Amino acid sequence: MAGRRAFLAGAAMVTLLPFEAAQATPEALAEAIREVAGGAAVREGKVKLDVPPLIENGNTVPLTVSVDHPMTEEDFVKAIHVFNEKNPQPHVFSAALAPRNGRATIGTRIKLADTQKVVAVAETSKGEFWSASAVVIVTIAACIEDVN
Amino acid sequence: MTNALIKAPKTAKRGETIEIKALIQHPMETGFRPGTNGRMIPRNIIEHFSAAWNGEEIFRMTFSPAIAANPFVSFFTVVRDSGTVVLRWTGDQDFRVEESIAIAVT
Repeated sequence: MAGRRAFLAGAAMVTLLPFEAAQATPEALAEAIREVAGGAAVREGKVKLDVPPLIENGNTVPLTVSVDHPMTEEDFVKAIHVFNEKNPQPHVFSAALAPRNGRATIGTRIKLADTQKVVAVAETSKGEFWSASAVVIVTIAACIEDVN
Repeated sequence: MTNALIKAPKTAKRGETIEIKALIQHPMETGFRPGTNGRMIPRNIIEHFSAAWNGEEIFRMTFSPAIAANPFVSFFTVVRDSGTVVLRWTGDQDFRVEESIAIAVT
């Protein structure tokens, strides 16, 4: 009896542990963000990532990134990058901005291969990095269907 | 052959922030999908998108295969002078499309 319980507890641990590890930033995603930030600290905040929490078709996921930051000559958002966790490649897009844009907002549509975390990183002209993340639940994944 | 749709106001006030939306027809083949013969379909994506107002670049974007087919982009810009906005898409297999729109300052 005790043996079975110990086994069950052990099995629960084994299934829980990798799951928690996967919920934290997987290496490729962290690596891609580190590459963009170049060692600078990436703080959460300022960035608003607008993406539906549940999407039926992973082939087209509407996504809007806006950054609550001034767009003046002295201080502006220089770039916006978006990354994902479980697509074949972590990078989604990078956009270069200037004070001329007036508002640091970008909208596009992306593909998601699975239910996963999406991260947006904004880089300011002063070298600060801000980020936001969101989890999107995908019912029909992109990329997996065969072409007939 | 290639269809591009651009949506932007025809007229705007000086100093106003306007939104420009662009949609282009393109498969955005990721290169990660097997075809009917079991081999991977070669990657065919648009890699770069840029916008220039009277020749001055106002926006630039780099796409990865994770951008959905028929890429849509919306961005903002501050209106300075009347002029032409040229949007340019370039990518794999010598893909190159340019579309322009005129915006008048009132």
